[in-house]
Amino acid sequence: MGIQGWTFLIVGLSFALYIGIAIWSRAGSTKEFYVAGGGVSSLANGMATAADWMSAASFISMAGLISFMGRDGAQYLMGWTGGYVMLALLLAPYLRKFGKFTVPDFIGDRYYSQTARIVAVVCAIFVSFTYVAGQMRGVGVVFSRFLGLSIEMGVVVGMIIVLIYAVLGGMKGITYTQVAQYCVLIFAYLVPAIFISILVTGNPIPQIGFGGSTTEAYGGQYLLDKLDGLHEQLGFAAYTAGTKSTIDIFFITFALMAGTAGLPHVIVRFFTVPGVRDARKSVGYALVFITILYTTAPAVAAFARVNMIETIAGKPYADAPAWVSNWEKTGLFKFEDKNGDGVMNYVADKGANEVTIDRDIMVLANPEIANLPDWVIGLVAAGGLAAALSTAAGLLLVISTAVSHDLLKRAIMPNISEKQELLYARIAATVAVVIAGYFGINPPGFVAQVVAFAFGLACSSFFPAIFLGIFDKRTNMQGAISGMLVGIAFTAAYIIYFKFVNPEMNNADHWLFGVSPEGIGTLGMILNFAVTLIVSRLTPPPPADVQQMVEDIRVPRGAGAAHVH
Amino acid sequence: MNKDLSAYWKRNLTYMVILLSVWFIVSFGCGILFVDALDSISLGGFKLGFWFAQQGSMYVFVILIFVYVYLMNKLDKEFDVDEK
Repeated sequence: MGIQGWTFLIVGLSFALYIGIAIWSRAGSTKEFYVAGGGVSSLANGMATAADWMSAASFISMAGLISFMGRDGAQYLMGWTGGYVMLALLLAPYLRKFGKFTVPDFIGDRYYSQTARIVAVVCAIFVSFTYVAGQMRGVGVVFSRFLGLSIEMGVVVGMIIVLIYAVLGGMKGITYTQVAQYCVLIFAYLVPAIFISILVTGNPIPQIGFGGSTTEAYGGQYLLDKLDGLHEQLGFAAYTAGTKSTIDIFFITFALMAGTAGLPHVIVRFFTVPGVRDARKSVGYALVFITILYTTAPAVAAFARVNMIETIAGKPYADAPAWVSNWEKTGLFKFEDKNGDGVMNYVADKGANEVTIDRDIMVLANPEIANLPDWVIGLVAAGGLAAALSTAAGLLLVISTAVSHDLLKRAIMPNISEKQELLYARIAATVAVVIAGYFGINPPGFVAQVVAFAFGLACSSFFPAIFLGIFDKRTNMQGAISGMLVGIAFTAAYIIYFKFVNPEMNNADHWLFGVSPEGIGTLGMILNFAVTLIVSRLTPPPPADVQQMVEDIRVPRGAGAAHVH
Repeated sequence: MNKDLSAYWKRNLTYMVILLSVWFIVSFGCGILFVDALDSISLGGFKLGFWFAQQGSMYVFVILIFVYVYLMNKLDKEFDVDEK
């Protein structure tokens, strides 16, 4: 059985598993559809959160990204894990005690205002669509690369699978498929990582091999010293030294952390556990499961970087291993012999450099670089699909909930029955899948550009509004709404200006305090905090029942199951 | 808020501030602000600052959450506000 055979088999089996789970866990009520009935164990929810959180980008692109960034790649590692500490200590237990279904639910009730609710709904939908388009694209790319389908076909297959289990099972179906998807994706990530680690360092644990010595074949010195040396030879900055300014790294990392803690599809996962204690513990489990992949990724990045440079830089093209030509066909590896000497000159100097390597190769080609059996390649394909589908499903649920629950039930037509609400939720999920699929097939050129938006907006709008809603009783409707609007307006204006209006000015000389658009959410958040606190104190305090509610969410007792309104 | 509950809340805030200080020191401190100074120390093949930035801070994050879970469960029992 060749690579294709194995890939079809493994991907097919994993899909059958997801659909089986979906049929077994159909949702019968809105509570099951929105929060899986509120009875998910903290361990299962931790796994589901990890799969929900780790997207196609985490699985396929992150190690490659770090590989090319060196130490600066730590902004993603710390940013996308440190947010869980904020989530555990500042948000999750209190939101669970609040006990409704969604983030706009909390914002709308805590700030006793439909305007606040609508602002939150719009942000939640925007953030989620930004994300989901990238996931569907990821599904299409994996299908086309490993199974030889066209990207369009791949996206349609992915849409049908997500449609079946998200529309049928709602949060309940999604939760249990995400548990299965986590197992598939982590296994698929670790197997090649362990083999590569043994190959390069002789140590089966990538996290330790990362700081160990290389094997004889690789020269025997410390892996990172070797990498710094190779970088120096080729004219790159040392791998273990940063090139970005400290202030920019600081702001980007903070924006990613607070953005993570404020992303609605992550927060909503903690509404599904039975109580406050479970919510706290569940964030811990989620971070354990995430950290397994996130501490492996930088090790894979370093191994792949060494392999890449050793195999390619300065070597004759005629002697290149087979995987080079395999990936050349996909366009992810390009060699342009500028000086006609038949040697692959890979150097920092752009004028002399002849090799272009797409960062995604670093993970996708690992099994071939390490000469692993064909089934491992099939496994990597299944893992990439699991990562993309699980994240897509979580986001689609946020979109459908925002429409059926926050917009229709809580704002426009409060009198619909539960059955009707459930029907609208399913219709909204279907429409969202179709729109997401459309963007997957016809990606707007700005998908990559707007990812900064998702984190920037979550960081500058949701995070302060939820945090102050819990920790500052005096924060009122006027303060929260003006704070959110100022935070969003500032962040959006800055990103739009540098990404769309004046992209040629997008460099450190023109940035405010040297902060790039990726990190500007942090400043937006500070502005939001300042405006909210000041305006709240100049306007009347929140009504007594709201203040009572805040006191109530601060203690765990009496959490019970999520309320049905 | 009655007296007991305000004492409970104060203890919660104290835990929070201490744990978040550690969170800040390992990530923004060791991994970003003082990374170059720490890089002069070696941990096996790692420079220490680099290790905090790409490995250590994440391990500490996990530990922090479980310490918080432990402290809060104890605190809930002490003030008799745990879920029954």
